[in-house]
Amino acid sequence: MDIMKIIWPVGSLAALGLLFGAALAFASQKFAVAVDSRAEAIDAVLPQANCGGCGYPGCANYAQAVVDGEAIDLCSVGGLPVATEIAKIMGVETIGSGQRMVAKVKCNGGTNCKDDFHYQGQPGCLAKSMVAGGPKACKDGCIGDGDCVAVCKFDAIHINDHGVAQVDADKCVACKMCIAACPKGIIGLVPDSNRAHVLCSNKERGPQVKANCSVACIACGLCVKACKFDAIHVIDNLSRVDYDKCVNCMQCTKVCPTKAIEALIPKRRRTDPRPTDVATEAGVSVEE
Amino acid sequence: MENAGIMTIIISAILVNNFVLSRFLGICPFLGMSKKVETSVGMGLAVTFVMTMAGIFTYFANQYILIPQNMGYLKTVMFILIIASLVQFVEIVLKKILPSLYQALGVFLPLITTNCAVLGVTLLNEQYGFNLLKSVIHSAAAALGFTLAIVLFAFIREQMETSDIPEAFKGFPIALVTASLLSFAFLGFQGII
Repeated sequence: MDIMKIIWPVGSLAALGLLFGAALAFASQKFAVAVDSRAEAIDAVLPQANCGGCGYPGCANYAQAVVDGEAIDLCSVGGLPVATEIAKIMGVETIGSGQRMVAKVKCNGGTNCKDDFHYQGQPGCLAKSMVAGGPKACKDGCIGDGDCVAVCKFDAIHINDHGVAQVDADKCVACKMCIAACPKGIIGLVPDSNRAHVLCSNKERGPQVKANCSVACIACGLCVKACKFDAIHVIDNLSRVDYDKCVNCMQCTKVCPTKAIEALIPKRRRTDPRPTDVATEAGVSVEE
Repeated sequence: MENAGIMTIIISAILVNNFVLSRFLGICPFLGMSKKVETSVGMGLAVTFVMTMAGIFTYFANQYILIPQNMGYLKTVMFILIIASLVQFVEIVLKKILPSLYQALGVFLPLITTNCAVLGVTLLNEQYGFNLLKSVIHSAAAALGFTLAIVLFAFIREQMETSDIPEAFKGFPIALVTASLLSFAFLGFQGII
């Protein structure tokens, strides 16, 4: 048996392997990229939701961006605790307000709002909105097909009983996915601590809005008069709450004739003793 | 094929014998990376580079090691060794020189190693007995054919995102049906050479 028949294949493969190995080793030295260990450490403290709320495709990309000089408090899922952890790793002071934000659908129309026509075609808010702005008479109203529900990775937004998308503030992490998905652009971020929200986005004049939807803001201005804190204004025929000034007194929600201003009363913090008791003792009647 | 003209080789590799749609090579990345047009273009370009380089390297390995020593049975092993090393090299260099492209390609880059279209083109070069110039042209054209197929398919899949697909067909079933229809369409090129 010709010994060369074994030596050649083995030898040539081994030689090629060694050659390529050496070339790769040389290349990896020559083109070495210094990996910052801080990026890995930051990635480890991030929630790994990969939601994209920070503006980067995933948690690992954001971790790298922080090392490259990005702000440390962009992760809305982790919030302040994660920002603090990142601050430790990066050796900087914690910044950011720590104000928890949640998404809010600024519409309460649904079945309260008339339909212009009966839509038959592709389901989905985007498809519907492309046909004459959607079947709803109000062109700034929630279509209710749940494009936002489909993109939410946290199960925090659902279509409620009367056909409007509603955010579950407890689950919402302010990743902004629903805001981007809504073809009407009627979802916005609001501070979680605020309790009074105008649930309407229609900028048409009062009578027009009123003809289409029973719970729309008709820009009557009663809320502006009722507010003692200069925290609500009518701009472009639409009432808007200034969340920096609002103190959750709920006067605007009481005077609104169409109930377009949502009052999240059940979630308001009760003082102890309960205000009704105090009021009764003082001989004052309190409306609940 | 050995005496085929250069234009014939190019048209044959891109359209008539399209690697994905007629030879059914490289189906894995074809299905896996075609959800978005941008990523499919990136994948196509990375494959184009690796395929062309592999065409050159394997030609020399075949001509100066395998044929003189009569070791044709080793070509699969040796070609894979060359392709894997090339992909590794491309990855290292890209990471240093073009980090943005490296980021965009992500995991697709190492996956090219297992792309059977790359091995397929090197083996076909050898089988057709191409010289160096024809090997390079055939490899590049085959890679362009792969890019064409994956980008076309990505455009179709992006359209399907908004379509009302029956529940049972959602995801891969409809993608496979679409791929087969695309393959039928490319069958129309059969007679032109």
